[in-house]
Amino acid sequence: MRWFWFDRYLEFESGKRAVAIKNVSLAEEHLHDHFPGAPTMPNSLIIEGLAQTAGLLVGEAKNFERRVVLAKLSKALFYLPARPGDTLTYRADVQEIREDGALVHCTSHIGDKLQAEAEIFFAYLSGKLAERFLFQPGDLLTWLQILRVFEVGKTADGGPLQMPAKFAAHNRLVNGA
Amino acid sequence: MPSEAEVFDKVKTCLVDALGVDDDEVTPTASIMGDLGAESIDWLDIVFKLEKTFGIKISQSELSPEDILTSAEYVQDGKVNAAGLDKLKQRMPFLDLAKFVANPAVNEFSQLLTVQDMVRFVLSKVN
Repeated sequence: MRWFWFDRYLEFESGKRAVAIKNVSLAEEHLHDHFPGAPTMPNSLIIEGLAQTAGLLVGEAKNFERRVVLAKLSKALFYLPARPGDTLTYRADVQEIREDGALVHCTSHIGDKLQAEAEIFFAYLSGKLAERFLFQPGDLLTWLQILRVFEVGKTADGGPLQMPAKFAAHNRLVNGA
Repeated sequence: MPSEAEVFDKVKTCLVDALGVDDDEVTPTASIMGDLGAESIDWLDIVFKLEKTFGIKISQSELSPEDILTSAEYVQDGKVNAAGLDKLKQRMPFLDLAKFVANPAVNEFSQLLTVQDMVRFVLSKVN
């Protein structure tokens, strides 16, 4: 099982902003009991989806060389329930990126209605924590490709976002591995 | 140039927002980690808020002298030596080190910084 809490990027601007979507489906098992007779996407998983949308943006800003963790959720407000059939549009706007971390303002919309908003801090790990093994590079690349980062992504100056060289050897779509 | 009272009020707002503490808990003598319960991860939040509020830039080493506190040159048997204390005074002139000098244990250092120290720090940056 993998922990994927949004479906794809629509826009991805390196170091600045991203737009992604999450389609809420009754086929998702967790909705069957949350709540019985009133399936509602858990707010915690909406936060996870926003954090993934923003976290990959923060990781890409350092060319995926640094390990990124969600450090702190300083604000999270929910205005509407998200139900099966809803498409959540997640937006992540980078407020600031520093050497030690980043602050991102995130929103979730259903249509033009604001469904949730959050302010998320990410830390770039250093020292021993940064050396711990978390991902196979190939797995991260596959995830980025599923999310279509390299199809919609743009560099800060507007050019197409290129796959980092270190990933090229792991490109299963090309190598057919 | 903002007055000390103005800086205090704004620093207080930053700390209330970042740490979820009550207004009246943020007194000049309150220790930011000890009394207000800030954790290391909150520093990033506090620093961002101070930078935005006052239009200043703060580097990590200004408020967190990890390099000094982990250096074999400045720390012996878990205590900061005289050279290390000098270095800390130099790096953090806004910090009241009087209490720390009496027992300069490295693991006590994080409890030192008070709201008043932070106000002095911001004043040194904005002026």
